[in-house]
Amino acid sequence: MIALATTGRILRQLRHDRRTVALLLVVPALLLTLLYFMYEDTPHTFDRIALIMLGIFPFTIMFLVTSIAMLRERTSGTLERLLTTPLRKTDLLFGYGLAFSLAAVVQGAVATGVAYGLLGLDTSASAGLILLIAVVDAVLGVAIGLLCSAFARTEFQAVQFLPVVVVPQILLCGLFVPRSQMAGWLQAISDVLPLTYAVDALGSAGATMWRDVTIVAGAAVVALILAAATLRRRTP
Amino acid sequence: MIEVRDLVVERGRRRVLHGISCVVPAGSVTGLLGPSGSGKTTLIRAVVGVQIVRSGSVTVLGKPAGSAALRRSVGYVTQAPSVYADLSVRENARYFAALYGLGATEADQAVADVGLKDAAGQLVGNLSGGQRSRASLACAMIGKPQLLVLDEPTVGQDPVLRAELWGRFHALAAAGTTLLVSSHVMDEAGRCDRLLLIRDGLIIGDDTPAAIRADAGTDDLEEAFLRLIRSQQGAAA
Repeated sequence: MIALATTGRILRQLRHDRRTVALLLVVPALLLTLLYFMYEDTPHTFDRIALIMLGIFPFTIMFLVTSIAMLRERTSGTLERLLTTPLRKTDLLFGYGLAFSLAAVVQGAVATGVAYGLLGLDTSASAGLILLIAVVDAVLGVAIGLLCSAFARTEFQAVQFLPVVVVPQILLCGLFVPRSQMAGWLQAISDVLPLTYAVDALGSAGATMWRDVTIVAGAAVVALILAAATLRRRTP
Repeated sequence: MIEVRDLVVERGRRRVLHGISCVVPAGSVTGLLGPSGSGKTTLIRAVVGVQIVRSGSVTVLGKPAGSAALRRSVGYVTQAPSVYADLSVRENARYFAALYGLGATEADQAVADVGLKDAAGQLVGNLSGGQRSRASLACAMIGKPQLLVLDEPTVGQDPVLRAELWGRFHALAAAGTTLLVSSHVMDEAGRCDRLLLIRDGLIIGDDTPAAIRADAGTDDLEEAFLRLIRSQQGAAA
């Protein structure tokens, strides 16, 4: 109940910030459109890259939004106050997870709608499945964002976690160089980065896809548990 | 109600509280007065159980400060208004009401109680500093806690509102609530039932305002505070 109230509160905060809502909804679709024109002459390349981007965008954007939102909660004193109320740590984390996952559903629906409807994206998996995977990727971004916010004291620092935590995962997920062509040690690193499976899920089908989705969801749960451990009721 | 024993707190490498002991009786308004940097906020944080303490104990309602059972019975207002700036006053109050399993009626009542009825629909971020801290106060009062701990709640309030707020504090105390209110303004000391005077992490006075005036031999509490400091320094030298 408290968790749902928290979700409602976070969505209400988001609703008051119309510019953020507009950016969340419009930017991924615009970037996909940009890709469409970049690869106008090679539609197969567009299909491959746009598909991967449908997973990377929600992951990256939700990571950023969540880590800043949670950092604000820490620096404004509301976190300290919340932890003196009957709210449990899991209520707060679940509240954040659900709120931004719902935002990701809307964002993903707009992005996949534009990709399949207007840009003629052609994939082996159905648009519905791709949307589902995109939302799971967003949940992963939310979970890692909640965890990383514990290690930042300022918003400047929080933003710096993007190149530290997110960019290496994008570089090694198989977007730039197919994983099979990477040096062994790079492949080994890629093997333990959750975004690898998020991207892999988009390109595969059947059992492999569900295995990948399960791995991504599992990584999100682990990040949430670690994030719970960083929420301390008592501080120095 | 609150019992603090030999409390030592260090923040960073600095010792902020040097073995404080005091008692706050139930159903009264106790003022925690001292200059800024004297350890008021640290003591308050220890009472609500968010401060890591080095040694000593803080007992609230018979339980160690910060116990899960106390989270329903202790209301806490931090010094900087800890409400969501991007929500309206009403939305803030309703969220905090939900944390205590209460509804919109209780939330709206608390908003009216702090005199923000007309500003209920405004975003907290657009309010003045005084209104913002009242919004924060409303959120702490919703759960009808047995103990209300307020860190400088009257800073930046206009004199009329300040008087109203103190009136409300005393009404709450008359109804059985215990209040611990910190302030660095001595003219508020006279409004308290009891005073804890704190300086450099030590309690230098713990009595009713009348007794403190009588002991110091002056009617002016500011002057009494000064004399207490001097007599302590004399004793130490």
